[in-house]
Amino acid sequence: MAIVRLSTPLRKFSEGKPEINTEGSTLKEVLANIDSKIPGFLEKVVENDEIKQFINIYINNEDVRLGEGLSTALGESDVVSILPAVSGG
Amino acid sequence: MLIGLKCRNCGQRYPIEPLNTCEECFGPLEVEYDYDAIQERVSREKIEKGPNTIWRYADFLPVTGRIIDLGAGFTPLQRADNLGSILGLDELYIKNDSVNPTFSFKDRVVSVSISKALEFGFDTVGCASTGNLASSVAAHAAKANMNCYIFVPADLNVAKITQALVYNPHLIGVEGNYDEVNRLCTEVSGYYDWAFVNINLRAYYAEGSKTLGYEVAEQLGWEAPDRVVVPAASGSLLTKVWRGFKEFERFGLIDEVNTKVTAAQAEGCSPITTAFRTGEPVKPVRPNTIEKSLAIGNPADGFYAVKVIKESGGTAGSATDAELIEGIKLLARTEGIFTETAGGVVVATLKKLVEAGEIDSDERTVIYITGNGLKTQDVLAEYLPSPIKIKPDLEAFNTQAKPEQKEVA
Ligand SMILES: Cc1ncc(COP(=O)(O)O)c(C=O)c1O
Ligand SMILES: [Zn+2]
Repeated sequence: MAIVRLSTPLRKFSEGKPEINTEGSTLKEVLANIDSKIPGFLEKVVENDEIKQFINIYINNEDVRLGEGLSTALGESDVVSILPAVSGG
Repeated sequence: MLIGLKCRNCGQRYPIEPLNTCEECFGPLEVEYDYDAIQERVSREKIEKGPNTIWRYADFLPVTGRIIDLGAGFTPLQRADNLGSILGLDELYIKNDSVNPTFSFKDRVVSVSISKALEFGFDTVGCASTGNLASSVAAHAAKANMNCYIFVPADLNVAKITQALVYNPHLIGVEGNYDEVNRLCTEVSGYYDWAFVNINLRAYYAEGSKTLGYEVAEQLGWEAPDRVVVPAASGSLLTKVWRGFKEFERFGLIDEVNTKVTAAQAEGCSPITTAFRTGEPVKPVRPNTIEKSLAIGNPADGFYAVKVIKESGGTAGSATDAELIEGIKLLARTEGIFTETAGGVVVATLKKLVEAGEIDSDERTVIYITGNGLKTQDVLAEYLPSPIKIKPDLEAFNTQAKPEQKEVA
């Protein structure tokens, strides 16, 4: 079970809720499981098996692009944050 | 003059709101203007009669209400023949933006974004800062009577922390690098209804950097230079300098633009330079450099910065910590300008690109010096000689401090 934090543009998939709980042992599985409950979610975030260009995903505050990307393993109380990549500087 | 916001990636349009991300594709939103309406209002004469701040270009900026102006902009463009002759450049200029109200170019983007925050009715502003933005936001928030939350990496240069604190913001030192500060701030912005200048107000904020293109063109006698060297962190400044030149061209204020836009980064954090050099997409890195102002490992505008460099026929380079320290010293000794680490990166990168034959001696070149040396004195201390200490006595001077002992550049 991972906690997934959604940034504002994704909250329309969660009826406005900032967080949802989802099963899955890797990031990829977690995203697919959200998609099975909320169709259309996955294609907002992933394209050709890669995280989309303007999205950053963090697991426990670590940018997954600096690590294993979509295949990053997830434990019980890990926190996933999906954020726009267009802030800062 | 403002039409609205438009996604740079998919073209989706949005109203003038505190928004920076496209709901369709997560791409960055950019301000769209009614260029025909602007065209009717602008002229060189009108601009020249305007105030000696960025607000002489108000017709090209996305603010319609009250302006919070501490005097940002219209900084000197200084001919740099001493440095030019050492590097082998016939016509070199320094855009000295280290003399802004809070001593960095950030006052340009902040004057625009805090004014916009007021217009939107916010009472609280904030930002994620690599150092310079912190003081600029805090100072403008003080002037605007707004609450202010500033997030910085906790290990920031002492002078930058002191400077920011004096304006009395809520200053939050985050135990992490800038990318982590920025991630946290982006999350906070999803829970609090505040104006984060470089998050939800980023589309407006970024427009302020266009004035660094406008000013250089105006100060060169209404002409764009052959080459600019621009320090890059998120890459926003670089893309907006280009947009500034292109807008002036579009309005007929200058002739055709043939400016080669060139990025300068610290070698320990050079995702934009690496992407340009390898032709691969921008890959995030973990910064490892004494250069903190530019230490963004995951640059929001990296993709667009690389695009501008390619489109303009420019290039990109980087400087090591040792090289940037030499760059700071070289600029001070030749041109009398004391810059912070970001400026050291620019001078050192320029030197390397000239030596490598990537910049020609006859190019009219402008380098952007965007921050003041007093902000990063801590990194320099060990690289400078100690003063000669003597008794207040003529004999002591003659014996211990004879002119031959003085170091010359
Ligand atoms: C002194 C200085 N120069 C240049 C930059 C680069 O700005 P950008 O993020 O727009 O690339 C920064 C960014 O913080 C800075 O502090
Ligand atoms: Zn879009």
